[in-house]
Amino acid sequence: MGLIAGLFFLFPEFASAADAAQAAAGELLPAPKPTHADYLTVGGISSRTLVWGLAQMHLFLAAFVLAVPFFVLCIEFTGTVTKDDRYDAMAHEFMKISMAAYSFTALVGGGLTIAVFLFYPTLMGYLLKVFRGQTLIYALLFLAESVCLYVYFYSWQALRYGNRKWAHMSIGLILNTVGLTLMFVANAWASFMMSPAGVDPTGAITGTVWEATRNPLWNPLNLHRFLANIAYGGAIVGAYAAYRFLSAKTAEMRSHYDWMGYTSNIIAIIGFLPLPFAGYWLMAEIYAYSQQMGITAMGGVLAWLFIIQAVLIGTILLGANYYLWCGLGRTDRGQLYAPYVKYIAVVIVGGFLVWVTPHSLILTPQEVQLLGGTHHKLLGPLGIMPAKNIAVNLMLVFTFLSFQMFYRSSRIATVPWADKGNTFVVALYVIGCLNIIGAGIYGYLTPTVYKVGASVPQVVSTLSIIIFAGVIDYFMYRKSTKTVVHWGRMSTRSQYALFVLPVAFTWLMALMGYIRSSLRTHWHVYTIMKDNSPEAYIPTIGQAGNIITVITLIFMGLILFIFWLSQLGATKQLEPTDKDRVEGSA
Amino acid sequence: MTLLRVLLFSTAVLLTYTLFANILPQVQSNPPEEEVPIIAGEMDQDAQIAWGEKLFDGKGTCTLCHNNLGRAPDLLVMDLNTAFAERLVDTRYDGEAKGEEGAKAVEIYLRESLDDPSAFVVAGFGKKGTNDTVSPMPVVGGPPISLSDIESDALIAFLQDKGGYDVTVPLPAPGEDTAATDEEDSEEDEGPAESVEAALEKFSCAACHNLGGSGADVGPKLAGIGQRLSTDEIQQAILDPNAVVSEGFEPDTMPADYGEQMRVSELQMIVDYLSTLAQSEAAQ
Repeated sequence: MGLIAGLFFLFPEFASAADAAQAAAGELLPAPKPTHADYLTVGGISSRTLVWGLAQMHLFLAAFVLAVPFFVLCIEFTGTVTKDDRYDAMAHEFMKISMAAYSFTALVGGGLTIAVFLFYPTLMGYLLKVFRGQTLIYALLFLAESVCLYVYFYSWQALRYGNRKWAHMSIGLILNTVGLTLMFVANAWASFMMSPAGVDPTGAITGTVWEATRNPLWNPLNLHRFLANIAYGGAIVGAYAAYRFLSAKTAEMRSHYDWMGYTSNIIAIIGFLPLPFAGYWLMAEIYAYSQQMGITAMGGVLAWLFIIQAVLIGTILLGANYYLWCGLGRTDRGQLYAPYVKYIAVVIVGGFLVWVTPHSLILTPQEVQLLGGTHHKLLGPLGIMPAKNIAVNLMLVFTFLSFQMFYRSSRIATVPWADKGNTFVVALYVIGCLNIIGAGIYGYLTPTVYKVGASVPQVVSTLSIIIFAGVIDYFMYRKSTKTVVHWGRMSTRSQYALFVLPVAFTWLMALMGYIRSSLRTHWHVYTIMKDNSPEAYIPTIGQAGNIITVITLIFMGLILFIFWLSQLGATKQLEPTDKDRVEGSA
Repeated sequence: MTLLRVLLFSTAVLLTYTLFANILPQVQSNPPEEEVPIIAGEMDQDAQIAWGEKLFDGKGTCTLCHNNLGRAPDLLVMDLNTAFAERLVDTRYDGEAKGEEGAKAVEIYLRESLDDPSAFVVAGFGKKGTNDTVSPMPVVGGPPISLSDIESDALIAFLQDKGGYDVTVPLPAPGEDTAATDEEDSEEDEGPAESVEAALEKFSCAACHNLGGSGADVGPKLAGIGQRLSTDEIQQAILDPNAVVSEGFEPDTMPADYGEQMRVSELQMIVDYLSTLAQSEAAQ
């Protein structure tokens, strides 16, 4: 998008000429109505697929490079407060990976800008008019992001201790502020296309740039992407750690990368746990903005996609939990908690199965005849939202329990109120889970419109368990007796769970991008500017899945290259000895 | 070697997701078709009402919310005659037809509802937190629905007729702007019908069976069929119509490929509907 500002001046017809005429006539110009002829076709290239691929790739990379500095700053802060150098070293290593990805982000972003202006000139011209000077601000922010990022990374060792460390973290804070603002600006364009504001029904610009920016879906999208970026970034660096763990030659390296993998997994889970709730908010706002758009998503042509979403999220939770369970082997007291794993596994797998159960089964008429209907007597009720809400909330609660078990496995509480604290935590889980199940059952008994309302107490229960149990554990184990954690004592198989996470996250992000864009159906800007291009249809799930897989494969290749670059940067050739020199000259 | 193993594992996970995406129902949603002009002056009132019904379930997308899920009053099921009369005298209603009665008042009330849905919101159906002062319904003349004036007229005609009122809206006149649209939800192969009425219309059941007052007698009457046949038998009669042929009717009359034409959801809706169809309902 940085290039957009430049194009804004190179192609004034996108903006100022029409504006001047409009101002002179004192009239409001409606949004342009592009015809088939307004879309460039180049050979047999599918312009939409090309733009889709570039946009998604840019998003993958941008999400990663925006998320990493955020949790790197948190880790750096933790290292400073705890005076544990391992945190600082890990934070620096995370940044190295991010730096390699940054250039690719800019490169793909440039390609995307050229592609959208080539293939969708009318739409981009209109968006430039709506957002006017914001494009320049975006370009300046991009510049500021680059400056801050390089200064933050390269000053790491120069600003290592004492007050200088705080100066370094301040640079990190500025970097994150600029990065978040960049994302919010980009989100304004994407959300404006879904829920335009600051324009009249014909698309004529009637409001300010701020009104267009602050459209109804902007903030829900901001929150959703912010959380998703953290989860996604955590998952990617987790894969890096797992890769380094598997290729480690020494016990010390295994130990370091095991610890890095564990921390990355925790970052991913922390970002992920509140994500479904941000998703609820986004979907509720979509319904509030346009019931039709909401129904298109949840009950129309896109409804099946949420079954795939369930599979992906189920995989993520299973992977994250499996990794945590394997982690119990790192501590000597882990065996105390191991017997509970099977019960958690039952809840996670059971929840996954409920979530993935469709309301209507895919059957041939003959099968329908044999079954006596499309809704199986037992599975039919599990296909609707109340059952799925129970499942997803319990899965989140029990994922937190897995984490809590590992946390406790290396600590022995010494506070006098430990028993009462434990009782309170158990009561919290029991009451919370009963509330989640009870509210879900209430959802069956209430009309559809109130089912969403029934999910609110479930969300509150889940968050209450996580927050209160977390706070109690913090105080209960703050001054506990610590036992040894044998970092590096992890199986090879456990590391593959850390690869499942980024693969599933990447595919999921692309899937959700496809859903979000498809909600506009045949509109570039919903209800304002129609998409009259030859490809103005919503592709089938299969077509979309194939494209998403190709994009993800390319991204995976890129990420592995970035990992390799980071490893290369840390590799140092040994200085030749006299013997080597003699042999070399012989 | 580690790199290769990681790549193979990750690719296998990816391909599993891809495979799953490809075995789910595949529906491509196309944009609405180009506008088809209506020949003004050639439409009689019955055609106008039928067109209104089509709009109600099609371009107007009314059935997305006006159904039995509670998002909006279920207009296809409720007693519209009584409902409209009650709305006009509702103490909260302060529109143009306030206190009036009869078909013309209903027309005014309905037009108001289409053009300004928040003018009067039926209790319990307002946007959350607005105390039933703001309607979630979009203005039907604006995007994304964009009904033209004569389409709105047709919709009103359909609802007036359904409520047992005289139709008071004008027929599309020659010379009137006829750039009306006949858009359907144009998913490839039209997509599954979303209501039983749409499913019955899609498969032209009333063309042969006396259904919805069609009077057709090519196939057996469907009134009270639920009392004569079990659900399985009704299903069999649709999927394999020659298995048991009713007395007095010829075999091979009904298409035998409905099993392939129908989506399972459509079949289910039709079977459910027929199995509960009362003796008197089908002919109405």
